[in-house]
Amino acid sequence: MTTLPIAVVGASAAGITAAEALRRAGWDGPLTLIGDEPHLPYDRPPLSKQLLHGAWEPAKLLLRTEEQLAPLDLDLRLGTRATGLDVATRTLTLDGGERLACAGVIIATGVAARTLPAADGLAGVFTLRTLDDALALRDRLSEGARRLVVVGNGVLGCEAAAVARELGHEVTLVGREPVPMAVAVGAGIGELLAEEHRARGVRLVTGEVAEFETVADGSAARVGGVRLADGSLHPADLVLLAIGSEPAVGWLADPALDTADGLGCDAYCAAAPGIYAAGDVARWEHPGHGRPLRFEHRMNATEQAMAAARNLVAELTAEGVVATAEGTEPQERRPFAPVPYFWSDQYGLKLQAYGLTSGADEVETTVLDGEARRAVALYGRDGLAVGVLACALPPRQIRALRAVVATPVPWEEARDRVRAATATG
Amino acid sequence: MKITLDADKCCAAGQCVLVAPEVFDQRDEDGVVVLLDAEPPAAQHAAVREAAAICPAAVIEVQE
Ligand SMILES: Cc1cc2nc3c(=O)[nH]c(=O)nc-3n(C[C@H](O)[C@H](O)[C@H](O)COP(=O)(O)OP(=O)(O)OC[C@H]3O[C@@H](n4cnc5c(N)ncnc54)[C@H](O)[C@@H]3O)c2cc1C
Ligand code: SF4
Repeated sequence: MTTLPIAVVGASAAGITAAEALRRAGWDGPLTLIGDEPHLPYDRPPLSKQLLHGAWEPAKLLLRTEEQLAPLDLDLRLGTRATGLDVATRTLTLDGGERLACAGVIIATGVAARTLPAADGLAGVFTLRTLDDALALRDRLSEGARRLVVVGNGVLGCEAAAVARELGHEVTLVGREPVPMAVAVGAGIGELLAEEHRARGVRLVTGEVAEFETVADGSAARVGGVRLADGSLHPADLVLLAIGSEPAVGWLADPALDTADGLGCDAYCAAAPGIYAAGDVARWEHPGHGRPLRFEHRMNATEQAMAAARNLVAELTAEGVVATAEGTEPQERRPFAPVPYFWSDQYGLKLQAYGLTSGADEVETTVLDGEARRAVALYGRDGLAVGVLACALPPRQIRALRAVVATPVPWEEARDRVRAATATG
Repeated sequence: MKITLDADKCCAAGQCVLVAPEVFDQRDEDGVVVLLDAEPPAAQHAAVREAAAICPAAVIEVQE
């Protein structure tokens, strides 16, 4: 039997799930979990919701307690960055210079917040990806009423704007697209959300950032406003950049890997023999949709990590590295074909979506109750329904909607089934 | 097997109900998870472990 470890790189949602799934799949060899953040694995969705709001403290975000981690028998390397991977020998390089030869590797390094060069070194400008980011912004928001300009009107920008309004701050939400979240969920649902944000007092502005106005604050330059390309100036005490993210693949230089948009994988989540990927960083061939997909959704991190772990153990079993327990059939690798899912919370509204909502060529939005912002939207591509979104609908209806798009079905049939699912209640 | 929930953290994803409908349900008003059976029979154990693993908010804890 080998004594080489399996290493999981990235100690967040996908990484910790992969580690647990490797154990459940029968890996009892050494298991190393490497993460560059100093914290135990924690959950990100509450960062822009309960944590930013102040309702939850960081301890509540822990994905596993020390006691829950203990039985996994992990070699846990926090505050450690992987700096390279040699694919042929499955050998990682760590930032201390250590080389770690592995039986297999799962890459779960996620994405990092995009920034603007003009904001470099400017006090008062924040991003929101890590716990430390969220705590820093929360600290400044807790100092009293302030003018916050949120740059970027995608999901993250909308959630942060909602929380800041609830805390009583003056909020301007700036987007390149006139309708918030339109890229992710279409203009119909986006317009419904825009109405809610306006009703709550958020100022919605369309435009692109040209430069930041600064004010002198001792020796450091501090942001004083955001100037847009049309010349308009939006005064700000704080600026949040919510302008998307970049997959954390900069450390992967081996030409055997395809890192064009995240780490390219096959239908089994394999990037190369013995090398798998999961979560926000992973782009893979979804067998049901016939094209490469990459999601930055919490549910996908969990599901894909479970699939990648199972498939890696199956591959190592086929290689003879993992012994098959007597009397059991060896597990086969299985393509990863989930029904994608994401949610977003803004004010009291919950959005939940199944399947694909971006990249649609046809969207039908039905507002069931404009005042309560209850709505459903169906997303199509090439004549097939591929996604559905529910805003403020009861759980039973939402589960029925999931069934509609579990596999792509003809558009007309899906429309009828959505109508039936949302007819009552 | 004994199941405990930190329902406060539940984001109403409903994945647990899809995996183990005999053990988990959701409240009608807000979708928050409801435990139907805190000590389910052996036939449910695999599904419960799957539900605990798949929950995107680390709500479900299983003691074996
Ligand atoms: C504020 C916020 C709110 C969100 N809200 C929602 C929501 O409501 N609904 C939803 O579906 N999704 C939401 N998401 C998305 C969800 O959190 C992500 O999909 C999920 O965290 C992805 O998990 P991951 O493990 O793939 O990547 P990540 O969580 O990004 O973790 C990757 C980890 O790897 C580390 N790392 C990177 N490079 C290296 C390296 N070279 N060596 C070692 N470690 C490295 C990173 O520091 C990080 O800790 C939200 C995300 C954010 C930031
Ligand atoms: S899967 Fe988790 S978050 Fe979703 S309803 Fe069940 S307990 Fe709640």
